[in-house]
Amino acid sequence: MKLDPAIRDQVLVTVPSLRAFAISLCGNIDRADDLVQETLLRALAHIDSFEPGTNMPAWLFTILRNLFRSEYRKRRREVEDADGRYADTLISHPEQTGRVEFEEFRTALAKLPADQREALILVGASGFSYDDAAAICGCAVGTIKSRVNRARTRLADLLAIDGIDDFGPDRATRAVLAGGGRN
Amino acid sequence: MGERGKSDDMKNRKTNLEPVEPVTEKPESQDPMTRPATSLHKPEARLGREVQARIGQQLRAIYNDVVNQGVPQHISDLVRRLSDQDQD
Repeated sequence: MKLDPAIRDQVLVTVPSLRAFAISLCGNIDRADDLVQETLLRALAHIDSFEPGTNMPAWLFTILRNLFRSEYRKRRREVEDADGRYADTLISHPEQTGRVEFEEFRTALAKLPADQREALILVGASGFSYDDAAAICGCAVGTIKSRVNRARTRLADLLAIDGIDDFGPDRATRAVLAGGGRN
Repeated sequence: MGERGKSDDMKNRKTNLEPVEPVTEKPESQDPMTRPATSLHKPEARLGREVQARIGQQLRAIYNDVVNQGVPQHISDLVRRLSDQDQD
């Protein structure tokens, strides 16, 4: 029996977001695409264990995360240990636009502990509920909430956002100097 | 790239970043004497809505840069090829 086209489409629709999550985990697009490919191979080989009507994105994200944890973690740690190189990787991808106003944010994001970055992205960018994010990460909902809160606080700290000001004159000056400032 | 349109579904999902929950983080240790000194003079900052909104906005911008690339051809081909195989 061939795969139900409706299920296949649910898988395909999730791929763009799955890639974005994979890139946030790997910090490298090529490696992320390998990870996505492995995830899909595994998912489709075990599609019987997916219950139709349940959350396909959460199911795929869980598989991807588990694969990453088991196979990619060690390699990524090596990269992170190279002091700052992980951040460089994140900002220098040609696929990502060169908007200067986001570079500082990307760098700050890369400085977060992996657990906090992951929780923030699942909830704040992928759009998962706290419950789904907790299921994906295999931890308690309270843990996810705490990680998200800590991630936001740390980001605000790193970016020196005080809640009223913009990112400050330094940032604006640099944006202009780099020719990427908005008018 | 027929999948590009379909990804709107994911792109437009609501996120939970904006609904503000107060930062209710508990100190790791119950005993104040064993807490790291930094937590004493630097209490957890409460983030305003504006700050949270800004962080959420930038986070989604970075994320959606990738989401907007849609499904790479080789991945689309892979999924279709696997879907057309007989499932065991």
